Amino acid sequence: MDAQSMDAEQKLAAQANVIYRHTLPVRLTHWVNVLCLIILLMSGLQIFNAHTHLYFGNSSDPAHAVLSMGAMQKPDGSYAGQTTIGNWTFDTTGVLGLSRDAGQLEVRGFPSWITLPSYRDLATGRRWHFFFAWLFVINGLIYLAYTFLSGHLRRDLAPSGRQLGSIGHDVVQHLKLKFPKGEEAKHYNVLQKLAYLAVIFVLLPLVVLTGLTMSPGLDAAFPFLVEIFGGRQSARTVHFLCATGIVLFVFVHVAMVLISGVWNNMRSMITGRYRIEAAE
Amino acid sequence: MDIRSKLSRRGFLTRLSAAGGALLLGGCDQLSQSPTFRDVLSKAEGVTQGVQRFVLSQRAMAHEFRESDISAYFKPNGSINIDDASYQAQAKDGFSQWRLKIDGLVARPAELSLDELRRMPSRTQITRHDCVEGWSAIGKWKGAQFGPLLQSVGLKPEARYLVFHCADTLEPGAKYYESIDLIDAFHPQTILAYDMNDAALSVPHGAPIRLRVERQLGYKHAKYVMGIEAVSSLALIGGGKGGFWEDRGYEWYAGI
Repeated sequence: MDAQSMDAEQKLAAQANVIYRHTLPVRLTHWVNVLCLIILLMSGLQIFNAHTHLYFGNSSDPAHAVLSMGAMQKPDGSYAGQTTIGNWTFDTTGVLGLSRDAGQLEVRGFPSWITLPSYRDLATGRRWHFFFAWLFVINGLIYLAYTFLSGHLRRDLAPSGRQLGSIGHDVVQHLKLKFPKGEEAKHYNVLQKLAYLAVIFVLLPLVVLTGLTMSPGLDAAFPFLVEIFGGRQSARTVHFLCATGIVLFVFVHVAMVLISGVWNNMRSMITGRYRIEAAE
Repeated sequence: MDIRSKLSRRGFLTRLSAAGGALLLGGCDQLSQSPTFRDVLSKAEGVTQGVQRFVLSQRAMAHEFRESDISAYFKPNGSINIDDASYQAQAKDGFSQWRLKIDGLVARPAELSLDELRRMPSRTQITRHDCVEGWSAIGKWKGAQFGPLLQSVGLKPEARYLVFHCADTLEPGAKYYESIDLIDAFHPQTILAYDMNDAALSVPHGAPIRLRVERQLGYKHAKYVMGIEAVSSLALIGGGKGGFWEDRGYEWYAGI
């Protein structure tokens, strides 16, 4: 056998193990979502920077903030960035409360490299936020309609009873960074399914609802919104916590993509095709 | 051959994502300043206004709270004092010489004293004030209902907006002003407030009167109102966007 036909044979064998994992609607809505979430996070932090305190209830009493960022002057005359959560105060100079923008120290909640625009401009931050909030909601509704109507939810996302029974085993395998192969790898594993379901049906809807609750117009139209969250300031705090939850999810999600075969994963989310490793 | 093409593809994807990241971070500030792109982003305001006006019946009321909910601390924002001799003289004698001018597209232009305003149909409401910065405070407001006041001066059919001209100057040469449309003008909770928390409105909160337009953000609630003008278009007033903050990029429709 010459080298070329060997090569072709290997290719064929490899192709036999390639499955069509992500359909076009899933891939498209995924990447639109990535764009929206990046912009919503960065413009959201710009908006947060206009008032760097969080509260529960309906009023913003500075004495009862649950989270505060700011700067204070130290005895030696220099300034320090401080973040207070409940009764704990942390020195967060350089990142939160006080950070450098183009070399200049500036009193600001989140630093310029993570806000949109980088300079302080609440009006423009709001313009970005609300435009991409609409895109995010429309994209999310398209995804949800597809997920329910196509069977994606039932087929790919709902964990089977057998899977739920083996959660403990899956957690141990994940901690050992051992990922499913062969037949098992053709489906999302149970931890993946639960993480995706929590994001799709809890975190993302909650971030939208708490966002809407901050609107005085919608509060007049749907008074139950404020009641559910226990006040506009509570809604603002929960909105911030949801955003934090989404960021944590993205960290884990991207880490998993990186360590479980970054090119295979990226290809499957771009072209849909995912290569299955043979079981040992 | 196979390996090389794979490597170059990896290299390409890496470069692509790095370039994408840099473009996103660096380019966003440039996009933020591009008038064309700002126009695109601003399209969202029309959608928001349309949808909110659709789900918000014209008379849907902002939630009203109990006395016990009134905030101990209510931050006076924007201007808190007025560097103007005639205003300060008026404030000194309780605004007895102050007159609210109502003109523009009205059948019977009027000049009302504070006493006359206090004798008009009034409304008292305990509502939540939502600042665009993100904070809220609950206060009790009493004032002349705006709808009956407009009926008494007779709005002309071509009037579309009410513009509030204020005494304060937040930036040199730019007087504060605001505007609302007829839907909000005739809403029962829209009042010209002269009392706050059972006392005459203080100077930091906008004495002698401030507008309350409860279903929108705080910057719509113009303080130190000196005159009200009925107009058919906002284009020729101030920067043409309908308000001091609107001229600086904020939404005219501030229900969000």
